[in-house]
Parts: sequence; structure tokens; C-alpha cells
Amino acid sequence: MKKRMFYQFSVLLVAVTIVLAGCGANDNKTASTNGETDKATNTANSGASTEGEIKVGILHSQSGTMAISEVSVIDAEMMAIDEINAAGGVLGKKIVPVLEDGASDWPTFAEKARKLISEDKVATVFGGWTSASRKAMKPVFEELNGLLWYPVQYEGLESSPNIFYTGATTNQQIVPSVSWLLENRGKKFYLLGSDYVFPRTANLVIKEQLKAEGGELVGEEYTPLGHTDYSTLISKIKQAKPDVVYNTLNGDSNVAFFKQLKDAGITAKDLTTLSVSVAEEEIRGIGVDVLEGHLAAWNYYQTTDTPANKTFVENYKKKFGDERVTADPIEAGYTAVYLWAAAVEKAGSVEVDKVKEAAKELEWDAPEGKVKIDGATQHIYKTVRIGEVQADGQFKELWNSGEAVKPDPYLKGYEWAASIQPTE
Amino acid sequence: MRLQKFTPQRIWILIGYAAAAAALFSAPLFVSDFRLNLLAKFLAFAIVALGLDLIWGYTGILSLGHGIFFGLGAYAMAMYLKLEASGGKPPDFMGWSGLKELPLFWQPFQSFWFAVAMGIAIPALLALVLGYFTFRNRIRGVYFTILTQALVIITTTLLIGQQAFTGGTNGITGYSTVLGYAIGSPETKRVLYYITVVALIAIFIFCRYVIGSRFGKVLRAIRDGENRARFIGYNPAIYQMVVFTISAGIAGVAGMLFVLHVGIISPSMLGIVPSIEMVLWVAIGGRGTLVGAALGAILMNWAKSEFSTAYPQGWLFFMGLLFVVVVVFLPKGVAGLVSQIKFRKKRREPNHEGIRNPAV
Amino acid sequence: MEVFLLQIFNGLSISSILLLVALGLAITFGLMKVINMAHGELIMIGAYSTYLTQNLFHDYLPKSMFDWYFVLAVPVSFVIAFLFGLILEMSLIRFLYGRPLDSLLATWGVGLVLQQLARSIFGAPNVAVTSPAWLNGGLKIMDGTLLPYKRIFIIALVIACLVAMYFYIYRSHEGRRMRAVMQNRDMASCLGVSTRRVDAMTFAIGSGIAGIAGCALTLLGPIGPSLGTYYIVDAFMVVVLGGVGKLVGTVLGATGIGMFNTLFEYWTNASLGKVLVFVCIVAFLQWKPMGLVAMRSRSLD
Repeated sequence: MKKRMFYQFSVLLVAVTIVLAGCGANDNKTASTNGETDKATNTANSGASTEGEIKVGILHSQSGTMAISEVSVIDAEMMAIDEINAAGGVLGKKIVPVLEDGASDWPTFAEKARKLISEDKVATVFGGWTSASRKAMKPVFEELNGLLWYPVQYEGLESSPNIFYTGATTNQQIVPSVSWLLENRGKKFYLLGSDYVFPRTANLVIKEQLKAEGGELVGEEYTPLGHTDYSTLISKIKQAKPDVVYNTLNGDSNVAFFKQLKDAGITAKDLTTLSVSVAEEEIRGIGVDVLEGHLAAWNYYQTTDTPANKTFVENYKKKFGDERVTADPIEAGYTAVYLWAAAVEKAGSVEVDKVKEAAKELEWDAPEGKVKIDGATQHIYKTVRIGEVQADGQFKELWNSGEAVKPDPYLKGYEWAASIQPTE
Repeated sequence: MRLQKFTPQRIWILIGYAAAAAALFSAPLFVSDFRLNLLAKFLAFAIVALGLDLIWGYTGILSLGHGIFFGLGAYAMAMYLKLEASGGKPPDFMGWSGLKELPLFWQPFQSFWFAVAMGIAIPALLALVLGYFTFRNRIRGVYFTILTQALVIITTTLLIGQQAFTGGTNGITGYSTVLGYAIGSPETKRVLYYITVVALIAIFIFCRYVIGSRFGKVLRAIRDGENRARFIGYNPAIYQMVVFTISAGIAGVAGMLFVLHVGIISPSMLGIVPSIEMVLWVAIGGRGTLVGAALGAILMNWAKSEFSTAYPQGWLFFMGLLFVVVVVFLPKGVAGLVSQIKFRKKRREPNHEGIRNPAV
Repeated sequence: MEVFLLQIFNGLSISSILLLVALGLAITFGLMKVINMAHGELIMIGAYSTYLTQNLFHDYLPKSMFDWYFVLAVPVSFVIAFLFGLILEMSLIRFLYGRPLDSLLATWGVGLVLQQLARSIFGAPNVAVTSPAWLNGGLKIMDGTLLPYKRIFIIALVIACLVAMYFYIYRSHEGRRMRAVMQNRDMASCLGVSTRRVDAMTFAIGSGIAGIAGCALTLLGPIGPSLGTYYIVDAFMVVVLGGVGKLVGTVLGATGIGMFNTLFEYWTNASLGKVLVFVCIVAFLQWKPMGLVAMRSRSLD
């Protein structure tokens, strides 16, 4: 018995030594490349440009449940970096991406963000998909004064000085789509969402808007993430007889919902549904046969007709295969890289504060059309588009806002939104 | 503790402990702030592993719900940190969930010490209640394990569903200070690291004391033959209940430390996968040995943060295979392997500490 | 009235899905005492087998034949999952008899590997399976009440599986040997039954039924690498609630959970409904730890 304990100890000692040695070794490596900047975490980013190259971080989920969506965004961001490098880089230097895996786990996102900023000394980070991952990273970026580019539409009510939001906020996707539905499809709304932050907050906004614009709420339901049986819910919807189902379901649940909706004998002709999380990529997993005719609201479709988009889609397919499709978040990730590069060129430096200053009111011809960074909120001006799923799995644009809409994350421009302003 | 003769082995063991403690205490001199923060997180995980080993390695109860206890401790601390950050006003997520007033049960969490007390008491109480019913009804083995999984699903679904009160899937994040000190500053982090080391050592000594005591012997008797223990006159239910409660309390402590180091807690940390991963650490390090459990937690997490980034796909393959190999061929983990190799040279002794329950 | 009828049908439908998912588990867990956490991944294998069958039909056979791929997909899913189960039993499970908790952990590792394998082969995103045209639409029983053919088909499939299993276990030579081994291994072995062979066959059949479940699930839900994780805990609940070792128990357990799930979900919402069902199960097991239909046994452990 005692002998055994002795050996346990040998194991313990050896292991502790290995761990410490591992940590130490890694530490030396970074210390030697970055010299003096090691101590001063707050100006860490000035160390990002070593001779001839600039390091940037890419932090998405490569494993776990969210990998489904996020892997394509990584592809788009890598493609943008390659294109910029091929054209001579930024400030004459090559961009070197440092990939980290967020593993669909929010604490991991926070940990890896900290690593990218304080260990790898990256100039900026492109990353995140879920609201939860962004909320987890936000304090880290604010504490270490890093820079994050977040590429997905989200629920708004946020504006961090260290984050640029290249996806839509509520007034660039949800609010205009609700108005459009009220005008064109009917007054009675049924709100269906997955049980997490984005749907709940989005529905809070929609409910206020319905009250103000003469709509009627006939039902509101949330299902757990990964819920797969919608038969009961569909009977509830049938009973409520809505004109429109506003769908904020996420991921796999969409597959189950639309398949079972069709089985229940309800097609897009009988009932309008508008989804905000179903893009070209998701259509492939759900099946065109069940989705045909249903609506979605985004800022970009693969079919969006701009010259920039033609080359973007062409290059994307050339690089990753003909069967791949582009979608809104993919385009937003691609745009983010170009916007950052343009801001760096303008600032003549990769320092966070200078880049932020230079990014104000910056314009760029994105695949979705001309976009402009709003200096006050660090969101971008985007065109709103409502599309209908076609038999080939692509969207046909039914309506667009004509011009890029100014971002308004706190919905200050809407009187009815007064009650949902944050308390702080 | 009991008086024992100081044999040469025992002295070596003490030297080993002292060296390990010295290594942990001097770590801040050698590693960067970021690495120190990681190490602190691993040590918090090592604490859960100790608690888990107490019930699995020594009592033979496999809980796949320890994520809950870990998480409840973490949430208690997170509530305090969040209130300190918002200055006692309703935190940001209540605002965007449509809640204007701070709910009553949040109020007392403005006090740090109340939060600490609750971080241990809530998991322990939950375990006590659950343990009281299940063990008294002689639900054990596989059935208990599956019940804990049901409990995990109940807890996470509730936490996610009550977004206004719990922060939903986002969890609770965005802290600024702890007891007035900036939580992100390197000094605070160093102090928190030392607190974690002290907690780990204290809990380690406590666990050693528990298993060395008469109580601990009964636990092992229950593991190796529950009915035999019952027939001798012990009531296994009470012992199981107590050890389950202790283990849950320890997990709560670990959860509180985790939040302080990582700065976020979300329901995903309470789910089935993290709960099973905790068991994996103990299995790999060696169940039935405290050192093995703690080391398993530290090494596995270190390996994960080193390799999962370079090979995000390969990592899951590796982890799955490791799980299979360890469970099938090394039921006592790495710590068991080392002693096994050494013992095999001398004599092939019967497996008198067998994990397997011969009757099932 | 309409709603009431429809809800009963929905309840039955959910019960049938749960039963299909749990049947294989009832064999591996109920009869062999192996906690197979990779059961969900065997379901996933069944679903991907259906996907592959569909693709083969799509690529190599005339369009008119396409709708009949599903008829072939059911046995194909069974066979592929059966083979996986056989390999799993021979390479791993046989070391784990008598160690139920260890079998739980080891098979969880297997599940992880299989999920990752699926991700490497088919990619992380979901794949689409087009359901055959003859299963589209539904039976109209009164105005506005439509019973989808797919759900009726699944109910029929479950009944067919149950009947087949009944005949196999209680009316065939193989089944008799299986029961003999499960009741008294040593005695069966003395009488010349090859227990190794029986173990392997039993486990493989349990896995095969998981494959059929996967095939059926392609009609209703997503097909992706993590498909199995959605059902695994529910499946265990069905088996434990029903009582281990009895098919009747599993049927009752599935019906109970399915009906209550629909009821609670209708009254409250999906999240709360799920929580309520699980709370009820936990409470019920406190009262009857052996489940609805308990095996009578004089053994103590």
C-alpha cells in the first residue's frame, strides 16, 4: 500500500514538472519574439507587426455543435486574407492568420481570445457566431484593448468600443422585415424561436413593434436547442391561425420544424413563415423540397446582383468547390477582413486606437453592395433584403430597402422602442 | 491524523508532497500571466476531480451530474461578481430580457461572503436532498448514474429557459471587480492563483483525512460489497448520502474558483458532456487514488488546451480512443499503471482493491 | 375535439419514435446489462445509411424508381448498424460484461469517435434526405385534422419491429438460446450453447434496430453527426422507466413518456414540458425504483 503511494508520487512530480516545463517553454518562445512588449499587456497590439508580417486571429468553432455554421466563415475569412496577401498585403506586409478553436463553448472563446491578444499579440481578431460567444469575448477585448470583428446578425442593444459588428443589427433585419410582413402578408403574428438569447430579445423588439404598428400577437413559443418534435407546436400554431410565423429557430430545429410543417399539410401558400437564421447553407441541410416558397430576411444572398458579388461567388466556388454556396454571414466575415485591411492602410498602423479612428465612416464595395462603417456605433450600413426560397436552393429577392440602412443597435430612432432601452 | 511510523517510504512521500506544493507556489515566478491563469483553471478542475474521486473511486457511485454542482457554485459566485459590476442595479441581461427590478433572491448576493457560503451550501443541499431519496430507496449503480443525467437535463433546461433570472444560454459574464480589486489585473490574478493552490491543498488533505478515517473504510466496504456492509450493520444510505454531499460541496468550491479565473459561467458548463469529461479526468488519472484524480484533471486539460487548437478534429478522436483504452485496459488509470508495473516484477497479487462489483 | 384527437395522435407518434429509439437499448441494456452510450451513434449510422441509399438510387437508377429507395433503406440501415454492432461487440464490449459503469464510459468514448468519423466523412453540416412521395401528405379524418402518413408509417414500423422481436425472442431457437444465456449463463454454457456467439448476436440485433430507428428519423428531423445525442438520454429514460428486462415495460415506458410529453408541452411550453416529464420520471423512480414492470428475481444485487 505504502509502496504504491510512493509511485503515485513519482508520477505526480514528473507530471507537475512536465506541465510547468511546458508552460515555461511556451512562455520563452513568445517572450523572445516580442521582446519588451511582453509586460505591457495594454499596448500588446503594437507588438503585432514584426518584420514583414502582421498576425491576425481567427476564432470560430471548428468543433462542437456550432462548427456546422462557423467553418464556412473561417473559409471566407481565409480567402479574404489570401486575396489581400496576393495583392501585396497590408502596409506592405503579409497577413498571417492564427487559427484558434472556440469549440462551441463560451468559456473557451474567452480563454482563446485572451491567448490571441496577450500571447500571440495579434493585431485584430475575426471571430464568434453565437451571441453567447460574443458576450463571453467582449470583457476580454475591453480589458486588454483588443479588436474584434463579429460577422453575424444579432439582437442589438450592444455597442462595445472594441468590437466592429459587420452583421445586421435589429433595425437592419428584423424591424424592416416585420413592417414588410405587416404591409404585405397580414397582421396576426406567431413568434417561434429557440430558447436562447437572440430569439427572446428579438421577440421583445417585435412585440413592441407589433403594438405600435397595428399588428396582433397570437402566440409566442420557445423550444429547447436541439428540439426535434414539433407536432404539438404545429397544432398550437394551427389553432392560433396566424397570418405569419416569425421564425427565430436555430440550427437543427429548423430541419425538424419545416419537415413536420410540410407533413401537417401546411405549405408556404397556406402560411407565411419568415426565418432569420435560414440561409443558403442551411437550405442544403433542410432540403429544398420542404423549404420552397418560404421567406427569409438577410442583407445578402448568393444571388445578390452586384459586380463585387459576381467575383466573390466565383472565387469562393473556385477555391472550395462548386457545390459550396455563399451566405450572409460568410459574406460578412469576408467583408470584415477587407474593412480592417482598409482601415489599417488608412491609419498607417495596426494599433487598435488608430485603426478604430481610421475606420470611422470608411466605405467599401462589398458583395452585398456599398457598405460604410458608422463611427458612433461601429456597426455598418447595410441594405435589407427579403428573399423567397426557390427550387434550386437559392433566394429570389422580393424586396430590398433600396439604400443601405444606418445601424441603430439601441433602436433610438423608434419611439415604440423606448421601453426596451437598457437600464444602465 | 493518526500517528504513524516514519518509514523511509513515508518520508519520500512527504518530500514528494512538499516538492509538488513548492512547484505550485513558485509557478508565478516562471510562467506568464496568461499561462498562470490557465494553470489556475486546471487546479480548479483538479478540485472537482478530488470530489468526484471520493464518490466514484472510493464509494463506487458514478455521478454524471457533477457539472450541476460545479455550475451551481459557479453561478453563486457569478451572481456576486455581476452585482458588484453593476453596482447593485439589475445586470444587463435582465434589461434585455425585460426585467426592470432586481429579483428578491438576487439581493443577498451583493455580499461576497453570502455568495461564498451559498456556493458551497446550495450544491451540498441539493446533493443531500437528492441523495436522501435515491440512496434510501436503494437506487444505485447504473440507475443512479442515469438519474443524474436526467437531473442534468432538468437543470440546464431550466437555467436556459429562465433567461431573465439566469442569463440564459449566454450565462453570466462581464465582471469588473472582486471585493474592490480589478478582476483582470495581474496582481489580483496572482492572488487568486494562490488562493486556488491553498484550496486545492486544503481539500486534498481533507479528502486524505476522510478516506483514512473509519468513515472512509466504510465507504470502501460499501463500494466492494454494499449488501455485505449492510449485513454487518452499517446503513449504506447514510454514508452514501454524506459522501455525495461532501463531493457536491467540493465541486461548488471548484466552480466558484473557476468563475474567478475564467470570467464567465454558462449552462454549457453544466451539461452532460462536461460532466462526463470530469469523470474522464478521474478515470485517466486513476480512480481510487486522490493524486491520480487531481493529476488526471490537470494533465487532460493542459493537453486539451495545447492540442485541441492545432488538431480540433484529431483531438476528439484522441479523447474518445483514450477513454476506451483507459476504461477497458487501465481501469485504475495512469497512477494504477505505474504501481502495477512495479508490482508485477515482485508478485502477481490478487486484485484486492477491485473496482468491479462481482455480483452485478 | 379535433385538437384533442390530434394531440392523442401526436402523443402516440412521439411514443412510437421513443419506442423505436429505445427498443435496441432495451435489448442491449435490458438483457445484457451493457450501457451502450454509443446507441445514439448507431442511430446516426442508420440515418446516414438511408442517406447513402438515397444517393445511390438518385445516381444509378431511373427517376421512376427513386421513390422506392426507402423500402430498401430500412433493411440496409439494419444491416449496416448490425455489422457495426457486431464489430463493436467483438472488439470492445466483450471485455466489459459485468462492468456496467465501465461499459457506459467506454461506449461514450466510442460514440465520440463515431461522431467525429461521421463529421470527417460527410462533413459537419446536416445532409438532406428527400422523403419518398408516397409518404407525403396525410390521412384526412375530419376537416383540418390531418394525420401525416410518415407518422403512421413509423407507428406501423414500430409494431412490425415489436412483432418480429417477439417471434425472435420467444418463438425461435436462437431466441431460446438467447434467453437461456441471459437467465443463467453458466448453465446454458454447460448445455452446449455458445455464449460468445449469443452475446455477439444479441448485441448486434440491438444495434440493428437502432439503425432502423435512424432510418425512420430521417423522415422527421435533421440528419447530422450529432443526431444521436438528441435521443440517447430519452431512450435510457424509457428503458429505466419501463423496467429493465421486459419488452412490455419498454412499450409502457415509451407510451407514458410520449403521452405526458405531448400533454405537458400542450399545456405549458416545450422547455417546461420537458422539465416536467423528467421530474415526473425521477419522482416515479423514487417510488418504484425497478420501473413500471419489474423483473421478479430473488437475487440480491
